[in-house]
Amino acid sequence: MESATTIDPSEIAKFEAMAAEWWDPNGKFKPLHMLNPCRLDYITRQIAVEFDRDLSASRPFEGLRILDIGCGGGLLSEPMARLGADVVGADAAERNIPVARVHAEAQGLKIDYRHTTAEALAAAGERFDAVLNMEVVEHVADPLAYLTACHDLLKPGGLMTCSTINRNPKSFAMAIVGAEHIMRWLPKGTHEWSKFITPDELYSLLSQAGLDPVDRKGFVFNPVSWRWSLSDKDLSVNYVTTSLRPA
Amino acid sequence: MDNPDRRRISRPMGLDTDILIAGGGLNGTTLALALASGGFDVTLVDPAPAAARADDAFDGRGYALSILSQRVLAGLGLWEGLKDRAGPILDIKVTDGRAGEGPSPFVLHFDHAEIEEGPMGYMVEDRHLRPAIIDALSDAGVRQLDGRRIVAQEPSESGIAATLDDGARLAAGVLVGCDGRMSGTAARAGIRHMRWDYGQTALVCAVAHERSHKGTAHQFFMPAGPLAILPLAGDRSSIVWTETTDRASEIQALDDAGYLDELRPRFGDFLGEISLAGRRFTYPLGLSFAHHFVAPRVALLGDAAHAVHPIAGQGLNAGLKDVAALAEVLTEARRRGEDVGRLDVLERYERWRRFDAATLALATDTFNRLFSNDNPVLRMVRDLGLGATNALPRLRRSFIREAAGLTGDLPRLAQGRPL
Repeated sequence: MESATTIDPSEIAKFEAMAAEWWDPNGKFKPLHMLNPCRLDYITRQIAVEFDRDLSASRPFEGLRILDIGCGGGLLSEPMARLGADVVGADAAERNIPVARVHAEAQGLKIDYRHTTAEALAAAGERFDAVLNMEVVEHVADPLAYLTACHDLLKPGGLMTCSTINRNPKSFAMAIVGAEHIMRWLPKGTHEWSKFITPDELYSLLSQAGLDPVDRKGFVFNPVSWRWSLSDKDLSVNYVTTSLRPA
Repeated sequence: MDNPDRRRISRPMGLDTDILIAGGGLNGTTLALALASGGFDVTLVDPAPAAARADDAFDGRGYALSILSQRVLAGLGLWEGLKDRAGPILDIKVTDGRAGEGPSPFVLHFDHAEIEEGPMGYMVEDRHLRPAIIDALSDAGVRQLDGRRIVAQEPSESGIAATLDDGARLAAGVLVGCDGRMSGTAARAGIRHMRWDYGQTALVCAVAHERSHKGTAHQFFMPAGPLAILPLAGDRSSIVWTETTDRASEIQALDDAGYLDELRPRFGDFLGEISLAGRRFTYPLGLSFAHHFVAPRVALLGDAAHAVHPIAGQGLNAGLKDVAALAEVLTEARRRGEDVGRLDVLERYERWRRFDAATLALATDTFNRLFSNDNPVLRMVRDLGLGATNALPRLRRSFIREAAGLTGDLPRLAQGRPL
């Protein structure tokens, strides 16, 4: 694994420009930035409850080892590090790693970013208290093999949050026609609708992977307040789950 | 200066403080307390020495705190020390009057018995409110840099670097401008204001009177502008009296006896003989509204964002709503692990407050234009309007709740809940 200091200095300006793109709230990743507070609310509360942490305290996640799979520019890794967690950010896209590193360094955050996959980390025997598996499972070729690797990455009693997109006519309209073609929120071809997974299918896959699904909520976009919020009932498009590795 | 027992968040490398506040007035100091209670490291810069700002000599100024403002102060632990010196506003009477003629027969009457929350608000004297907040700052661990001002600011991806007039440099996550309607913070951030001058000036003083005010606030609409009589503790009232700017300068130039001779016919004799208690002030009236409430790493609050015609006494109340909203947005962002100075975080505060503040500015402006004149037609419309409002209990109740600050999407502090 390359460390921050081995980056070619001539490359740094390029990575800084890409980091600025990742982190621009009104740029290419605007939909992720809009969804992020809602995702973070869910993740932080689930972890706080499971590990009995007080979110109003300073560095409440101190001592927890957290893996962010598909970390991208570090939109979830940085908040976890700011809350005190020991964070590994993994991404299969090599170009994201130096970009995420450059940004974290500017923020004064220490995060272990690696160009690797969940399967490789599991095979290497890495173990975590929590795994953030957000908006990844709809992109993998073999969801069950992938979720089994995620199971192996958890310490007994560990927690995984997993979010994805439901498969129904509404999600097709919202996520593909709406987000990719009409709003131009996401590049065309970002999603393949047939790979979308219903909440019941995901629960079943999680169970087959040896995990205990314990919670599911919808992420709902309100076009009036222009804000995402969590819903107990509406899982029709974007949704998130929590599962535990039995102790 | 640093209290080692204070909870700290992990500050990005090189930041000296999480939040830097420019301006130690009522909004700036209250925000400092609220953010410190939310776990932030806070630094407050003010050009005036704290000792001068905490001076408690009676100067005649008072505030009509809405219930919402009272709850914000209670949420920050300040109300216990203030409540015995605060006068409840039990009744508000609004009348259309003309000097020397007395009020018209149409009186709009708001009685606190019509809403369940108790009094409609409280009158608190400036000399009690200011020191109570300033005294609480050091216990809360707020770092105070007095007698200094910010002369330059430079935002970056990870924070904002501020330069003080003594050459010191401070790096913060966010800079909050609580520096009034001519905000330097706004100017340096390139935020411009829309401004209107009303050509009116408020004469402010306190009077002692023979009879008890029984907790009733009065608003008389005079041709030159409104006259508010607000009940202070004891047999005293705070007067906010609006005149055209030329007329106000003439009145302010009179000696106390001459000043009282001008006030008496407007005030009437319903509280018996009146005498001046404390100093006389003048405030030119104007409306200013910032094009943006936030910029990268910068937020504006109170008069720096929106200064309204003080016709309804809503300036401080609107500022404290900003305080509660900004403290909640930043505290929630911190608990999620977000970088609190990012523009998308600060924009949540702007979205929350801008509509409400604009509505207030527009309403007070319209109110002032409708009432500050002697046009006989408008006078009749006003009289009928006041009479009609009085006849409609539901409409009246909604006015009472609005004046008490009990409408809209309320921040947690404003609901009397902790952050």
